[in-house]
Amino acid sequence: MIRSAEALQTLSSGWFLEHAWLIPIVPAIGFFIIILFGKKLPMKGSEIGLLSMLSSLVLAGGTAMQWIDRVNSGAEAQFIAPVVRTWNWWQIGGMKFTIGQSIDGLAVIVLVVVAFISTLVQLYSTEYLKGDRRYTHFFAALTLFSAGMLAMVVAEDTILFLLGWEIMGLCSFMLIGHWWEDGANSRAALKAFFTVRTGDMGLLVGVAMLYFASNEWTTEHLGVSGFSIRGISAWALSGEPNSTVILVASVALFIAAIGKSGQFPLHTWLPDAMAGPTPVSSLLHSSTMVVAGVFLVSRLYPVFFTGFDILGSGGNFITIIGGITIVIAAALAFVQNDIKKVLAYSTVSQLGYMMLGLGAGAWLPAVFHIFTHAFFKACLFLGAGSISHSASHHSFDMKKDMGGLRKVMPITFTTWVISTLALCGVFPFSGFFSKDEIIDNVGHNGYQLFMIIGLIGAFMTAAYMTRATYLTFFGEARGASAGEHHDEHHDAHAPAHDDHDSHDVHDAHATDHADHGPHESGWRITLPLVLLAVLALSSGLLNATPFGEKWERIKTWVEPRAEVVMETAPGGPGHSNVLSIPAAAEEGHHDSPCGSETPEEGVCYAPQLQHAPFKWSKAMLSLGIVFLGIALSWLFSTLLYTRKDKRLVGLTERNGVLRAGYNLLINKYYLDALYENVIVRAIAGPIAAAAYWFNQNVLDGILHAVARASRAFSGWVYRNIDQRVVDGTVNNSGKATKGAGGVLAPVQSGKVSQYGALLFSAAAVAALVLVIINS
Amino acid sequence: MVAQNIGFAIIATIMVIAAIRVVTTSNVVHAALWLVVVLAGVAAQYILLAAEFVAVTQVLVYIGAVMVLFLFGTMLTRSRIGVNSGLNNRYSNLGIPVAMVLFAAMSLALADSFGTEKLPSDGSLVTTQQISDQIFGPYLLPFWALSFVLLAAVIGAIVLARKD
Amino acid sequence: MLVNQFLFLAALLFCIGVYGVIARKNAVLVLMSIELILNAVNLNFVAFAFAMETQDGHTFALYIIAIAAAEVGVGLGLVLLIFRNRRTISLDDLSEMKG
Repeated sequence: MIRSAEALQTLSSGWFLEHAWLIPIVPAIGFFIIILFGKKLPMKGSEIGLLSMLSSLVLAGGTAMQWIDRVNSGAEAQFIAPVVRTWNWWQIGGMKFTIGQSIDGLAVIVLVVVAFISTLVQLYSTEYLKGDRRYTHFFAALTLFSAGMLAMVVAEDTILFLLGWEIMGLCSFMLIGHWWEDGANSRAALKAFFTVRTGDMGLLVGVAMLYFASNEWTTEHLGVSGFSIRGISAWALSGEPNSTVILVASVALFIAAIGKSGQFPLHTWLPDAMAGPTPVSSLLHSSTMVVAGVFLVSRLYPVFFTGFDILGSGGNFITIIGGITIVIAAALAFVQNDIKKVLAYSTVSQLGYMMLGLGAGAWLPAVFHIFTHAFFKACLFLGAGSISHSASHHSFDMKKDMGGLRKVMPITFTTWVISTLALCGVFPFSGFFSKDEIIDNVGHNGYQLFMIIGLIGAFMTAAYMTRATYLTFFGEARGASAGEHHDEHHDAHAPAHDDHDSHDVHDAHATDHADHGPHESGWRITLPLVLLAVLALSSGLLNATPFGEKWERIKTWVEPRAEVVMETAPGGPGHSNVLSIPAAAEEGHHDSPCGSETPEEGVCYAPQLQHAPFKWSKAMLSLGIVFLGIALSWLFSTLLYTRKDKRLVGLTERNGVLRAGYNLLINKYYLDALYENVIVRAIAGPIAAAAYWFNQNVLDGILHAVARASRAFSGWVYRNIDQRVVDGTVNNSGKATKGAGGVLAPVQSGKVSQYGALLFSAAAVAALVLVIINS
Repeated sequence: MVAQNIGFAIIATIMVIAAIRVVTTSNVVHAALWLVVVLAGVAAQYILLAAEFVAVTQVLVYIGAVMVLFLFGTMLTRSRIGVNSGLNNRYSNLGIPVAMVLFAAMSLALADSFGTEKLPSDGSLVTTQQISDQIFGPYLLPFWALSFVLLAAVIGAIVLARKD
Repeated sequence: MLVNQFLFLAALLFCIGVYGVIARKNAVLVLMSIELILNAVNLNFVAFAFAMETQDGHTFALYIIAIAAAEVGVGLGLVLLIFRNRRTISLDDLSEMKG
């Protein structure tokens, strides 16, 4: 049956949807207000940051509500056109750059998450950074950072996307290096910046390639430029693109995602980025910076879908990178003593899951994992910050300065445990619904090997998080958390962990005289923790596959419906709810040809993806693996850290194989050494040598030749012209000048400024004379 | 029309304030940053005058390249970064009357000769192609001369700045 | 829009630049003031080009931008050389050319 145009519903729209572009604008304006007037405001600019993020959150919430209305107003399986508004931004030499918003389910879900987490982090920072020397600058950078991410999310075109992406890169540099007086921090900031920049080249190349490859097609069929993300998506699924071009473009784009999302082998910047203040780590690693790479892949998914032939193979670039990342990052998390670094590697590993999901055609679970991961990871990071702020004298060393904190910090402990269980993927916490779905769908789509990797990763996740939890909250109190250097805490905090990167030991420290001994943090820290923990507990229910289709709300709201669309909705206000007319789509089942074959008429905006049916047997397997991980790790931790079992203590020193493995992990697979000592030197050395050679041989040669030639020429000039013609004249005029010079000598002070003053005075007088004469 | 005038007024105000800051601030780096504002304002005015290619060039060459040169110059000559009171010379008071007189003379001349003459309201956009036709057509000779000047400047700058 | 509004703006910029050239002691700041003057001239060129609906003004504006770039390059080279030899770029201290 062919669905007629009458079967379609007119989609609803609303003020919030039409004005979603305000969401990034508000914090951007907030940034300027803070940077210009922040220091003069009563709360040093933090109130502006908080206010602008709150407004963004309200706007994002309104947008989400209206988007849900819009989805509900459409017919079943009807393509829900995104709300698009564009403006001409720039036009030169026949190329037109537009800028605008395109709001669809993916944009809405990420907008809500980013605005929400940013607001909480700002609230948290008002307490955490109280009294910091660059308090105002911190809030300015934080606000601009969120603005960049939000701009990237609402972007209709790759140009704005790139802009938001780069703003984030810049702000991450500023925020990670917030305490740049410490050399380690500024090095970490530089490392983050350069590593991400390495990947960014890929984004630039990819965007340019996509523009030149698709511009003709999109202009002809859709009337948009090759920068439009919708246009690129439709083009990628049209069967038109050359497979090599789109493969190279998607590899380039994925390299950008590797850099930003800390995937192997460019993950090394992410743990170092922990040098920044903890709220920054929380924001960067839960919902914004690192998610940008995943967002890029899910946003331009049709390109990757076609480029890597995702449903047609059992392994591709994305899944391989994702799979490697899951395992190696999880392994690294075992040997870290710094609680934030454990969380950092955990983030890397979880991002590996998202990438794996995207690479294996599990688009929706991956996006859902962005959503749930943001909550529990933000909660974990803020919890770590709460511990260091109130209990361990700004130390993050689990072995030296923590332990036994569950009694003194009940709120932090409870939220931490909830989030840890969510991260491990325990039913019914949120992580279960997203991570298990990824693993399930990866296997369902024919990537069996990667499903096993995913399960191994789940085991490792459970184990290292149990280890971290045990070290932090259980056992006996050690070091600072036992109140040890309580008396000397104004000067002796650095030596306590001098073998580790010392964070957060700066200005925030100097003011909190109140913390004598470990205690619970203030409400501005615990409130975000509690909110996030509630969401970590419950947000999974928004797409609870096990409970049947009615619970799959996120799927309904977010997943683009793969339908062949005959006409596109023209952009602009008032037009975006004009509906598309779909071609032959059989009623009853909604299999569309999108992604599998070339649509004969009309275009596709999203590929048709299958979902694995939920089976409790599979879920039980992964739950069993998780519980096994928790149990084994608990047992091991108890034996090793509390009972000091002789068979385990010092095992890595005694056993050669284990020692080699431990060293490999402690040295982070020697990747940093490879980058810094081998690659940078290999590249920088020859370039410097070549530049030197060029300078010595080519430039000097030219200069010497020029000098010789001019000497010969001037010799000729001197002999023939100077001596005969000029001298005669000069000799005579010299006599006249000498007389005049005597009079004017005081003016010739040799001071350039005075000469300038005289010159311009003369010019002014001459101008006046001319004006008077002419009038 | 009104919108353009408002735009002009805003940009012009910002430019004048920034220009005054360039010549009065007591911090070299701030002066450079205020100069960026002026240069960007000039670029914006070019846009208002439908001269997009000149505007782009302005942004690229001035804000991109020349500003970097200035900042490097500041850095390499170890000018005091930060407030420095010794930036003005003894003749600074002479500058104000000279500038005033000059401005008065020019204002008189401008008011006299242009009065309230209006710009064409339907001025067409000057495309890059038209400019390139100009440069490589009637104005080719100055273009060559300019190329030599640039070459000379490049060699000169290297000769001046290199260590012997 | 009036022709004069652009010309007045340019005149004002020019005079501010003149003040800077006269009043400043630091050589780098003098170079910056010269940039202000050059920009004022450029603005005039482009305004006239728009008023007369030709493109010649644009061409000259571009040439001036190029000259300005060369000027800054050589100027800063000179400043650098002076700094290397004298350890100062204060123009008040450079009075060897006193006649």
